[in-house]
Amino acid sequence: MSNLRWKLITIVAVFVVFFGVGVYPILAGRYNLPAPQWLRDMQLKLGLDLKGGVHLVLRVQTDDALRVKTEQDSARLQEELKRRGVPATVTILDVTSFRVDGVPPAQDQAFRQAAEQEGVDFERSTGTNGTYTFRMRPNVAQTLREEAVDQARQTIERRVNELGVTEPSIAQQGADQILVQLPGVSDVDRAKEVIGSPGMLELKLVEQGPAASRDDLLRATGGVAPPDMEVLAGSGDVAGGGPLYYLVRRVAAVTGQDLRSARVQLDENNMPAVGFTLNPTGAAAFARLTGENVGRSLAIVLDDTVQSAPTINSRIAGDGQIAGGFTQEEAQNLALILRSGALPATLTYLQQQTIGPTLGADSIRAGVLASLAGLVLIVGFLLVYYKLSGINAIVALVMNLIILLGMMAYAGAVMTLPGIAGFILTIGIGVDSNVLIFERIKEELEAGKGVKAAINSGFSRVFLTLVDTHVAGFIAAAFLFQFGTGPIRGFAVTLTFGLISNLFTSTFISKSLFELALSGRRQVQTLSI
Amino acid sequence: MHIFKDTNFDFLRWRWYGFALSAIVIGAGLAMILTRGIPLGVEFSGGTNLIMRFTAPVAEDQIRTALQALPHEVQQYGEAGANQMLIRLPQTQQVEQGANLSADVTKVEQMLKASGLPAFKIEGTEIVGPTVGAELRRQAIYATLLSMLGITAWIAWRFRVSFALGSIIATFHDVFVTLAFLAFFRYEMSLNVIAAMLTMVGYSMNDMIVIFDRVRENTRLQRREPLESAINTSLNQTLTRTVITSGTVFLSVLALYLFGGEVLRAFAFTMLAGTIATTYSGWFIAPSLAIMLSRKPSGVPVRAAADSAAAVRVKPEATQAGAVAPPPARKSKSQRKARAT
Repeated sequence: MSNLRWKLITIVAVFVVFFGVGVYPILAGRYNLPAPQWLRDMQLKLGLDLKGGVHLVLRVQTDDALRVKTEQDSARLQEELKRRGVPATVTILDVTSFRVDGVPPAQDQAFRQAAEQEGVDFERSTGTNGTYTFRMRPNVAQTLREEAVDQARQTIERRVNELGVTEPSIAQQGADQILVQLPGVSDVDRAKEVIGSPGMLELKLVEQGPAASRDDLLRATGGVAPPDMEVLAGSGDVAGGGPLYYLVRRVAAVTGQDLRSARVQLDENNMPAVGFTLNPTGAAAFARLTGENVGRSLAIVLDDTVQSAPTINSRIAGDGQIAGGFTQEEAQNLALILRSGALPATLTYLQQQTIGPTLGADSIRAGVLASLAGLVLIVGFLLVYYKLSGINAIVALVMNLIILLGMMAYAGAVMTLPGIAGFILTIGIGVDSNVLIFERIKEELEAGKGVKAAINSGFSRVFLTLVDTHVAGFIAAAFLFQFGTGPIRGFAVTLTFGLISNLFTSTFISKSLFELALSGRRQVQTLSI
Repeated sequence: MHIFKDTNFDFLRWRWYGFALSAIVIGAGLAMILTRGIPLGVEFSGGTNLIMRFTAPVAEDQIRTALQALPHEVQQYGEAGANQMLIRLPQTQQVEQGANLSADVTKVEQMLKASGLPAFKIEGTEIVGPTVGAELRRQAIYATLLSMLGITAWIAWRFRVSFALGSIIATFHDVFVTLAFLAFFRYEMSLNVIAAMLTMVGYSMNDMIVIFDRVRENTRLQRREPLESAINTSLNQTLTRTVITSGTVFLSVLALYLFGGEVLRAFAFTMLAGTIATTYSGWFIAPSLAIMLSRKPSGVPVRAAADSAAAVRVKPEATQAGAVAPPPARKSKSQRKARAT
């Protein structure tokens, strides 16, 4: 019977491992039992629908990244053409293409050289009458889009970490969506603001202004802004009127990329403000800019809005301050956003869900109560109908649930409502497997077989059926995982784990228990089934 | 103990009644859906859901009056004593803008505060923009259809094409019957309901594979037996199993329906309807379809699948080996039809 001994050892080992990973951490967390930290971390996590928190789905407007690339490259080509003395105009057509007009035939060669130097990421159409169209190469566009989503995800991750949320989940979903889950957070508006602000800091020299309206500002330059300048609005309303307007340089002298740190401090009026420190490159550029322009105004531009435009009093090396009548919280948010870097593209919110902690707790309590009631019903039925063999089925069923919990905890899966559906499906299939086997054993017994032979042939015959049903389940789960999103994937994961554990418990454990029950006796006449 | 012993129900004879009943249920359900539409949950339709808890009892009508200016629906949420209300607003803005997504929530909050109702707290909100709703809907449908196709291919490979076709049609039947139930009782389509549907599709396929598996075994044993009687025998042999499995699932889902709380109610209802539909179609729809699809155009039944490995065994006279098993309470015809060994 050493064969049986090994089987029992295997079962106990499986029990210990999966109970330890799947059930013990939950008990330890609830009743303050001793457990090492790594084991505590294994505890099966509850999804937002059960735990409460904020769930956001954002779309990264990846077109932004393409637009920036097109603008930059076309501007560089224009510079290059100017340098080579080619009189041509560059017009941006859409986010991925621009057009060059008026290349004189004589200078076509020079143009081509310039284009080969600066337009490598674009496909150039054959020029007719000196007009060329540049279209971004699909692979370049694709890479840019992927990078934009990836960078956005990383930036959001940094911001969420700065917010101090425990166990957040930030994941890419589909091609350009990002799913942000913040358990335990109830202030949606702050979370949304911190996550979604572009956080683009630019320091630009003010050429003209401030003025009360766009027209006033542009009177000196004949109604239009010069090509290397742009008009930006200020942030605050001025005494009942609209914002102030500034004419600033288009190219920023220093940007948020040169930032080393940002923190909340007080300005000279004791109002909250955000102080920042630049890295060496930024500090050098900032020192040169302020040194050369003492007496002029420097616009501190955040997301294309002028926060403030202080006058440069002296050459400043590495530190600056953004003042602008912030509240303490606004200043904190801004410092946080600047520290975590700018987003590569704008984000739009597609979906938003908040679940209050009581609401989640209500569903857990109700769900657990109902599941236990269901389990008690099943256990009662199995005992009444299958008598002593029912114990066998119950052990298999309980082991099945323990293994399932253990696998989910180990894989870091999250328990959600659809996950509970997966649990119910697993219990159902588990009961079904046992019923199939037991009914078959009964048939074999009635057909005149001995107890041991009946058990053996019951298990071996039903095994094929179980393989068929379980493989069908795996196929379904694979498709659901591949093509589904969010909760449907969670369901597929639970189902897969459930099928694996069920195949093991209903065939191996259940059979070993029968063997154990019969092992003491030489000649078995009856079976309580 | 036996629930059913040696039954010999002629399931296939009832097929036309079965088809007629299904046609009526599905037809009525479709008519309901076509005239009144399937109510879509907020994650599919887009829009805003708010769950609020008031400090004192509030009538639905009071909220309706307070929110008159906004298109909305109000409904009590959870138990009566909890003073919770579910307020639902349809999709208002067509363009998705980050800042505006929660504009409706703010509006409702302001209007309720201004109306002098008891103090309240927002327990939960769900806001879904229009594109994401459509996307989720499409993905859920694709995922379900593809997984059904996958299982069908598996059944076709393991058993036969006619069985696979029978089972996929029967599964569609189950989905439609469940949809009809959902439409009658005005339950909303939500992701949780979809998860319940998927569970149900899983059970449905599981049921059919169990039955087909028995048919395969019986046709190996009794090669000359026509497919009709092999299927009937198999259905009778697996009857106890089907009743027990469906019964236990039904009971545990019933517990979920009764005690599982508001969030799980639609899910549990779908499972209840689905379990009934699956069990019924496993008896009356899938096997009949498999038979009808197995016939050659001329009407001659296809000979049962031959497996040279399977030997025809002689059925021994059954003796009551399981001493504990009490004598059968139900009709005990002595004809042991195609008992497997």
